[in-house]
Formats: sequence, C-alpha cells, structure tokens
Amino acid sequence: MIVPQHRQKEMDLAKLFAGKLLLRHEIPLSEAHFSQALKQEIFRTVSPFSKKHFTLQCNRCGNTAKHLLPRYPCSRCGKAHRYCRKCIAMGRVSTCSMLYEWADQTPHWPIYVNPCSWKGTLTDAQQHAADRIATAIQAEEKELLSWAVCGAGKTEMLFPAITIALQQGKRICLATPRADVVRELKPRIQQAFEEVTVQALYGGSNDKTGSAQLILSTTHQLLRFKQAFHVMIIDEVDAFPYHADPSLSFATKRAVKPSGTTIYLTATPRKQQLKRLRKNNLPHIFVPRRFHGYPLPVPKTKQVINLKRQLKSKQLPKAFLKWLLTREKTQRQILIFVPTINLADHLQKPLTNFLLENNVIQTKQQASAVHASDAEREEKVKAYRNRELFVLVTTTILERGVTFPSVDVVILDAGHQVFDQAAIVQIAGRAGRSPDDPHGEVLLFHDGKTDAMVEAAASIRDMNRRGGFV
Amino acid sequence: MYCLWCDQEIISSVNWGNLMLPPRSLTLCEECEGKLERITGSRCEKCSRKSAEQICSDCQWWSTQKREVLAKNHSIYVYNAFMKEIIAKWKYRGDYVLKKVFEEAFLEAFRKEFGKYKDTVLVPIPLSDARLAERGFNQAEALARQLPIQSKNLLTRTDSEKQSKKSRKQRIAGKNPFIMTETLNKPAILVDDIYTTGTTLRHAAELLRQNGCPKVSSYTLIRG
Ligand SMILES: [Zn+2]
Ligand SMILES: [Zn+2]
Ligand SMILES: [Zn+2]
Repeated sequence: MIVPQHRQKEMDLAKLFAGKLLLRHEIPLSEAHFSQALKQEIFRTVSPFSKKHFTLQCNRCGNTAKHLLPRYPCSRCGKAHRYCRKCIAMGRVSTCSMLYEWADQTPHWPIYVNPCSWKGTLTDAQQHAADRIATAIQAEEKELLSWAVCGAGKTEMLFPAITIALQQGKRICLATPRADVVRELKPRIQQAFEEVTVQALYGGSNDKTGSAQLILSTTHQLLRFKQAFHVMIIDEVDAFPYHADPSLSFATKRAVKPSGTTIYLTATPRKQQLKRLRKNNLPHIFVPRRFHGYPLPVPKTKQVINLKRQLKSKQLPKAFLKWLLTREKTQRQILIFVPTINLADHLQKPLTNFLLENNVIQTKQQASAVHASDAEREEKVKAYRNRELFVLVTTTILERGVTFPSVDVVILDAGHQVFDQAAIVQIAGRAGRSPDDPHGEVLLFHDGKTDAMVEAAASIRDMNRRGGFV
Repeated sequence: MYCLWCDQEIISSVNWGNLMLPPRSLTLCEECEGKLERITGSRCEKCSRKSAEQICSDCQWWSTQKREVLAKNHSIYVYNAFMKEIIAKWKYRGDYVLKKVFEEAFLEAFRKEFGKYKDTVLVPIPLSDARLAERGFNQAEALARQLPIQSKNLLTRTDSEKQSKKSRKQRIAGKNPFIMTETLNKPAILVDDIYTTGTTLRHAAELLRQNGCPKVSSYTLIRG
C-alpha cells in the first residue's frame, strides 16, 4: 500500500496520540500548532473533573477522596483551583489545566501473518489454557481469569493469544503492578515476537512515548491511556499495589476499548475474584500443574516460643539453625523471608557468622540481605541468580515475579501480618521451579499459627489435588 | 485526618500531656514526622548551618568577599533525603498543600527569631515568569504568607533559575538575576524555601541595600 507522505505523518501522529489522555505539556506541539489542532478537532478537551451527585472525581485517576482534592491559589488567573493529589506524580491535573484526547481517525495497526518467533513447545496443561485465552481474544469476550499455579509457565501460555491478536491487527497491552516484572518481561516478549515493536513503560523507563502495537506497562502508567487497547492482559492482578489502589483498576479498565478483551492472570486470586468465580460471573481457566509436571511444595510449620523477642535481639532460633545444617539437599540455595527491613538488616550478620562457622558458605560475600529501598537491589538479585550469593535474606519484595531454579525457602515470623495467605502461597511457590530439582523445602517459623498459614497450606494442597496429585 | 505525605489515617490520642491543650491539627503521621530533621545543637550564628564553630567556613569565606550584604540567615530544617522528596513534590510537582507540613514550625520559629523586629518587610524570592506559569504558585510567597507581618513582592527575576547546573564559582560571579523597581526604606527579611550557597539571597540582598534598605536578613525553611 502506497501512502502519500503527509498521510503517513498523520498516521504516525495517530499512533502516538490516539488512546491517550494527556496534559498539555505531554503533547509536544507548539502553541500555534496545538490551537490549530484543536480548531480542526484533531484533539478535543476533556474536563479534568466530573461531578457525580455531590462527589467530585478526577477524570484521570478516578480519585474521589475529598482530602486528596484540595485547592491552590493560581498566580496565572488569580483563582483558587481544585487539583488532584492522588495522581500528581504524573503531572498536576487541575481546573486550570484541561486534559486532551485525540479526536481524529483511529490508527490502523499492522496485521501480522506469523509474528511469533518462539520455538518452544507448551505442555498439555499450558496448551489447554493458551487455547482458551486465544479463543477469548478471537471472539472478543469481555474478560477471562487465568488462574495458573506458581511455576505453571504463564508467560509462554500467552504467546498463542498474542499471536492471534497480532494476526487480527489488534493493539495489546501486558500490564503488571510491578516495574521489575515489566523489566524482566521486556526481553522475553521481544524475543518471542522479534519483528513486532515492543515498548516497556514504567517510572524511569527511557521510552515513554507508548506508540507501539505491543506495550508492556506498569498499571500505574496506564493513567495516561484511554480506550487504547483491544487486548489488556493484567499479570499478577492480586499483587500490591493493584489490588489495594482503586485508581489502578480504574485506569486499567479505561485503557481498554469498549469492545476489548481483558485477561487477568493470577496464581493467588483474592477473595473478591474467588467470589465472582463461585458465582460464575467471571469466566476462568485453571492451570493446576507446574510446567515440569511435579506438585507444589507444601509448607511445613515450626513453632518457636518467644520467636519475635529472639529475632528482635538478633538471635536466630535454634530450630532454624538446626535445620540449616540438616537440609535434604545441601546444594540448594537458601531464601529467607522476614517481615521488616530492619529485621533483614539485623539478621544478616549473625546469620552470616553462623553459616561461615559451619561451612555452609566459604566467604562472607556469599550471604546478603535485600529490601525495597536497597540501592543495590537489582545487583543482589542478579548475584543470587548467578549463584554468586548462596543465602539471601529478603523482605516480601521477592515473593513473586522472580524465579530461581533450586532453592529452599524459609519464612521467619510467618505469623506477621505482611504474610497473608497470598504471600505465603507465592513464597512457597519460589521452591522447586526447575525440572532438574522440582522439589524444595518450605519452612514457616512462627510463634502461633495464623489463619493465613493454615489457609495457604490448605489451598496449596487443594491445587495439588486438582492437578491430579494425591 | 490523613497524613499529608503517606495518606495514612492519623488517629490523634489524648493523653495527660495534651489533655489541657487545644487540639493540634496534625499534618503528618508520627512515622513521617519522625523523618523530618530539625537543626538542633550548635549552629553557625550567621547561616544556621550545623556547625561546631561559631562562624562556619562558608560564612568565613563570605566575609572575605566584598561588602557583606546579608546580616544573617535563619533556617529550621536539615536538607535530608526525606525533605528532598517533600520539596520536590511541593515545588516541582506543584502539590501546594504540602506547605501545611511546615506551617506551624515556620511561624513558631519566626516569632522566636524575628519577633522583635517591628516595621520590617518580608520579601519573598521570586520565580521567573516561565517557572511561575508552570507551577502556578511561588513557594517562597506561600511561605511568606504564613507569617504575621506584611509581605511585598519587590523583586522580579530575569534569569531562568538554572542555578543548580552552575558551579559555585559561576553562580557567585554571575550577574544579579533580579531587578527592583521600587525603593524600600525599612529593614527586610528575605523569604525562601532553601539556603544552599547563599548566593541567590545575597544577590537579592545587594539589590535591596542599593535601593535604600538599611538591613537585610533571610528566613529560609531549610539550610541545604
Ligand atoms: Zn487524579
Ligand atoms: Zn505519614
Ligand atoms: Zn555559616
């Protein structure tokens, strides 16, 4: 197809701007060009707030909390303007600044004949789920939940679905609440779809244009999109902060076209999703088996009296030390979860000393601790993956999204509130990920069993049962 | 009430210590409040910087320069990592209400430090037109408005505030970025959010002195 040059340019602009909801400074046009574009109805204004009954709502993030909608005295026009504090990190929405959206024709996305360059094969369980997801997209079903256990190989299961969407000339977004997951997915997706332009959007990513047909994004970055995607796949729907922050589901819903399909991925559905499943008003596909065909490791619990006090005084419980020296497979790496950053820092030294004295590690560089505000976080995770680190103490930041082939997993103070049912299932799911070592120990040290611990173990057993293991 | 920083709900507790006091309106939760660092202990008499010496090395250097135009500076907070985050959100993102975080402390310290100055005028450090249009408000003006004496916008900024990209030497040697079209025959207190090298404030002070002002001090939230 030969397109005249000026038409080509317009189509590029459409790809850049269509499906977005932007502030003026996010549109790189001169004042003259922009007012021309408004006059010609290439862009249209969207009011920054809307009023429903008596509550005001931010039209970018959906915030209605009154205390997050204060005013500032504007020096430009002398009035006091309402602004939204909730989404201010992405530029201030206020009654003094309109939002803009593309009003010209929608872009045409290329139709690919054979876009998938992935050469691997899916297991039967993966294939079954992959087909179901692909069907949902092809038939433009509204939504589908894919509930696949940790280690089921969910990313590969998406390849047939993404392939179908690209063959239909659809625009696709793969969104997740966490930036590190976006970073990790980018090379895998790009490799699987070599000829397709893939962009990754997260706070701090170099390329924020968001003009590609296949976009990987944090759910947060979707605050800039409106009816942009035919297909929205949300990975880890149950993860923080997505499940706790209503503005993220607001933005995600708005980013999908009205006729679009939304696929939710989770290994640990939250109560509200389970409720919808039980009521049969959320179609779903369940993948109870790991890709290597072995069952999920079931956590064992060990009660330690005065555990909290011991940990606080940097003392490691005897039962834990004994276990460290009597593990089933000594070559497995050790991943230790603790509830707080403080504890991660405090326990590192006594633990390292004990491991050195007992020859579990040979140098003190083989053990470390990591948490969310650790500047060397990425390096440490990389070192652990390369087995340069043998023992890693971590907060819940490593509970999901990361895969290490052969580890034993421990939670110290598993009764702490940060370890809810989903967190424990996810943490247990770090063990036994490789076909070469499909098992792994999961130990919960606690000073009183919580419902979360009991429910987590029950749901793991239940998933194994559904996977055909007795 | 919600913490202005982390949006956690604040539950203020009544105890024997505060039972008889009027209820304080809390702006930050205990945890966030704890991350603010006040300048305490011995400080430089001239610029408020934490310092063991009476006059810090910075100020000693200033005293070797031509005529010293700034009588003294008073600041309240240390520019720690948490403060940097708050200032960035307040100033650069334009989250106006964050000024409430400092309201009480800013007023209290002013009364203590400058309370005896009668017939003094506050002069906020201005922003350039471009910056003002972008943010919609001037943080120095917002601070000055919280104080009990009159505030006058006597200065206009002619440069583009790219101060942070220049070296100290360039900043000091650079030409005065302000102009002043009126005269002032009263003592003045310059108001700004942060005292970093003191150059900007001295440029402003110099101009005020040239236009009739007998004495210029400065009151800043933070000593950077
Ligand atoms: Zn908002
Ligand atoms: Zn707080
Ligand atoms: Zn000094």
